[in-house]
This record gives sequence, structure tokens and C-alpha cells, in this order.
Amino acid sequence: MLILEQVNKTFSPGTLDEKHALKDVSLHVKPGDFISIIGANGAGKSTLFNAVCGVFYTDTGRIILGGKDITMTPDFKRAKVIGHLFQDPMRGSAPDMSIEENLALAAGKGGWLSRVSRADRAQFRDRLALLGMGLEDRMDHRVGLLSGGQRQALTLLMATYNVPKVLLLDEHTAALDPGTAEKVLNLTKSIVEENHITCMMITHNMQSALELGNRTIMMDQGRIIYDVQGEERSKLTIHDLTEKFRQASGRALDNDRMLLGVDE
Amino acid sequence: MSFATILGLGQTALELGLINSLVVLSLFLSYSMLNVCDLSTDGCFTLGAAVGAMVAIAGYPYLSLPAAVCAGMCSGFVTAVLQTRMGVDSLLAGIVVNTGLYSVNIAIMGGKSLVNLNKVPTVFSMLKDVLKPTALKGLETLIVALLAVAIVVVFLSWFLRTRLGLSIRATGNNPDMVRSSSINPIMTTTVGLTISNGFTALSGCLLAQSQKSADINIGSGMLTVALASLLIGGVFFGRRRIPVRAIGAVIGAFLFRLVYTIALRFNMPSFMLKATSSVIVILAMFIPYLKRQYPNFCRRLEARKGGR
Repeated sequence: MLILEQVNKTFSPGTLDEKHALKDVSLHVKPGDFISIIGANGAGKSTLFNAVCGVFYTDTGRIILGGKDITMTPDFKRAKVIGHLFQDPMRGSAPDMSIEENLALAAGKGGWLSRVSRADRAQFRDRLALLGMGLEDRMDHRVGLLSGGQRQALTLLMATYNVPKVLLLDEHTAALDPGTAEKVLNLTKSIVEENHITCMMITHNMQSALELGNRTIMMDQGRIIYDVQGEERSKLTIHDLTEKFRQASGRALDNDRMLLGVDE
Repeated sequence: MSFATILGLGQTALELGLINSLVVLSLFLSYSMLNVCDLSTDGCFTLGAAVGAMVAIAGYPYLSLPAAVCAGMCSGFVTAVLQTRMGVDSLLAGIVVNTGLYSVNIAIMGGKSLVNLNKVPTVFSMLKDVLKPTALKGLETLIVALLAVAIVVVFLSWFLRTRLGLSIRATGNNPDMVRSSSINPIMTTTVGLTISNGFTALSGCLLAQSQKSADINIGSGMLTVALASLLIGGVFFGRRRIPVRAIGAVIGAFLFRLVYTIALRFNMPSFMLKATSSVIVILAMFIPYLKRQYPNFCRRLEARKGGR
């Protein structure tokens, strides 16, 4: 489904701030995979997502999505087949426009001069009802009036309205309170399962990294240092993960910086 | 002051307000929707006046309107391309185009800085002849201006609810979201600025023809005047639906003109127009800021009193 071949990216090359953010990253994501990605801050997790989304062009290497080389495709064209959610719930929607208008843009149906039809409105309403937040009765409200959780749920709906080939979740529940975070996470799970969306999720919560999905990747200093799935993964504990990190990177995992959500 | 004088003043304010409101609607699109402060507005207004005057002089008074609109759209397109495709800062793109337009406008007016339309048939003089025997005598300026404004308001109300219009609004609101909806913000910015400058030039064309002359300074300060009107309208209709806000922009332009006309009657010199508009813009920006800051200011004052 999604293939990265020897991808490299250096920011501010030739300056004091030079940062080799992605080092020879190769990854083969199979259709239907749900991959959780862990690693310390600055490990390159978000950079990896940004490379896939086309926020910047990679220096070397190839990115192939659904059999098509998208290495040099501009970001807005990739967005047709890639959904991207961020930690900040404000990033995915336009605050001064109504829920309906936001959804109309996400749906992207019809010609440039077409307007939201009655059928579109009915469909928006049905989809919103699935979120279970009562948003279907507030379609003409400004999105800026919604809470962070409601806004993130709406963003999730918008990102998956036209089923993407791959969905990238960049700690999309980290800014929400625990209850809302769980609700949004459950919504994510059900939408992903229902539509069989291939999905990658960055998390700082080791527990959910192991519980969710079928594959876990650990990144450090711009490299993928550990990639586990299947039986080996099912036996894995959080302790094993920290141990793996030490072995692979040659240093102890800095627990504070990783903000581990370990329930013990 | 007689009743007739007041009525006359009101009519003048309404006429000029309506003509100016086209620029306000242009800013409504570029400034309120697209969140681009288009500093080429002054030059584009003059461009519309110059093109409109020259086409009328050439003997095509009706053609002068679409010609001015097209010229304005070209200017807007250039401003947009500079800031989206050529790496020029958004504000700078407007300034650069504005400066360039000064030469372009003089060139269009045949190397002169003033063109007289006294003996030239214009849209207004043509309509004046038609209306002479009817009850609408003397209202030709009002009718043309009203028609132009109505068309633009209806167009905007429709356009801003189409998918393209929604994309333009979202571009000013959250460009990231536009990109993730697979829409190119470069395209939406270009379309928005092109259309909005068309309105500006139309306004310039109408003003030049109604006052029977176009001069190179006809547009100077127009951006500030229009911005003041837009902000006045926003005070009353800020968070409403799009058509209401568009009409609010028109009402703002009229109110601004009305206050200005009244001030003139009380012997305010006419050169104060621009200072007035500057002050209004400053106040419209400063008052909301003050509202946010005032409570903190009070608390700081109290802390200083009590803390020592």
C-alpha cells in the first residue's frame, strides 16, 4: 500500500541548525495495516508523516502509495488519498465556517460552482450522527464554537469522509482530556475498521501502542530502530519495549521525555 | 437648511456611498474572506477610472464598464501571481503593483494626469437623457450605482456559497484545511484577488464617469476609506450570514459617506476626508484591542497600588 524506499531528509543543510531528520527510512505498509509508532521527541515520527503528506519534498528516496510514485506530488494533490490528523484539534477545520460548510469542503463533491444540495446535507447529517456528539443538529453552527474533542471528531470525519488510502494520526488525542480522548480513539477504531483504512498512529502511550493495531514501529534519531508484528508483538510488554530501545539505540530510554502513559 | 437641501445631501451621500461600496465589497472578499490586505486597491481604482474614461472617450460608454472590470481583474491577477508564485510578500506585492499602476494609468490616459469627460457621453449621461421625461429624472447616478451594487451583492452571496467560494473563505480561515481538502490555496487566492479587483476597478470607472473626470489621484486613500466603511459595517453585521454581511458592507459605506457629508456641512474642510477615514480605521482596530486589554490594565494598576 505505502512504500518508503531509503528516504532521507535534512533540514537547514550546511548551517549550524542542520538536522538529519530522516535517515534511510524504508518502510513497507501493507493494506489494512494499523501501525503504532513510538519514539522520543525529535525521533522523526512527525517528520515521517510530513514526508508522506508532502509538507516538504524528501532529499532522496522514493515514496510510493497505492502503486503510484508520489515523491514529487504536491501536498494538496496527495491529500485526496491521505488523511492527516494532528495533535492540535484546531488545525483540521475552518473556525469561522459552519460544520456543514467544513464538511462540504471535505466531501469535495460536484463542480466548482456547485452548492450544497439537500442530498448532501442529509448525508452530512447521517455521518455526523455516527459521531454520537449531537453535531447533526448543529450543522449551521460555527466550528469555532465546538469543544476540542468535538472538533477533533469532526476533523476525523472530514479526513475519512472520502475513504483515504492511508490515514496518519499524529497524537491526535494527546490534547484532549482522558474521557474525550478515549471517545475519539474509539471513534477512530470503529471508522478505521469499518472502512478497512490503512492507518499509522503516533502515540506516546506505550500501552495503547501495544494494544492498538497489528504492528508497532520504534523510531530514534531519524531511523526506524525496531519493527514488530504478529506473535512476537502479542507477547511484548512495556518493559520489553524499553529494553529493546536500550539495545537498539545504545542508551536508556528517557522516560520523562517520552511522556510514557504507563499504568502500573 | 431647507428640506430639499437635506434630501439633496442624502442623495449625494447615497450615490457616492453606493459607488464606494463596490470597493468595500471588494475588500469584503479580499480582506474579510481571503485575509489578504490588498494594497494595490488605490492603483486599481484609478486603473478602472482611467480605462473607463478612455473607452468612453473612444465612444463606447457601455463597453467602458466591462472594460474597466477586465483591467481590474488583470491587475488583481498580477498581484496574486506575485504573492503566490513568485515569492513576493503579500503586502509588498500590493505595494509594488500599486506603484507600477501609477505609470500604467498615466500611459492609459495618454500621458496626461487628468482626463476630462465633460462633453463625452457616459453611462450616466446616456441614462439621463432616457430618464428626462419620466418621474425618475435626476436619479441616473443613483440607479446605475444601485444596479451595480445589487449585481455585486447578489453575485457574492451566491458565489461565496459555491464550492469555490467556500474554498476561498477557508483559505483565509485555515489554509492547512484547504490543502487537506485537496484544494490548492494558490488557486483560491488567485481567483479571489482577481474577482475582488474587478469590483474595485468598476467602482473607479463609475466614480470617474459620474464626476465627469478621471485624474491620477482619484484612487489615493481609497483603501483606507473602504476599510473604514467595511469595519463600520462589520460593527453591525459582523457575525451574520454572508448576504447580510455583504449588505452590511454597503450600509457601512453609506454611513461613512453620510457622516462625512454632514461633517462637511459643519464646515469641516473637504481635505479632512482621508484623515477621518484613517482615524476610523485606527479606532475600529483599537477599540476591540482596548476591550481585551482594559481589565488587565485595571488589575495591574490595582496591583501597583496595593503591592507597594
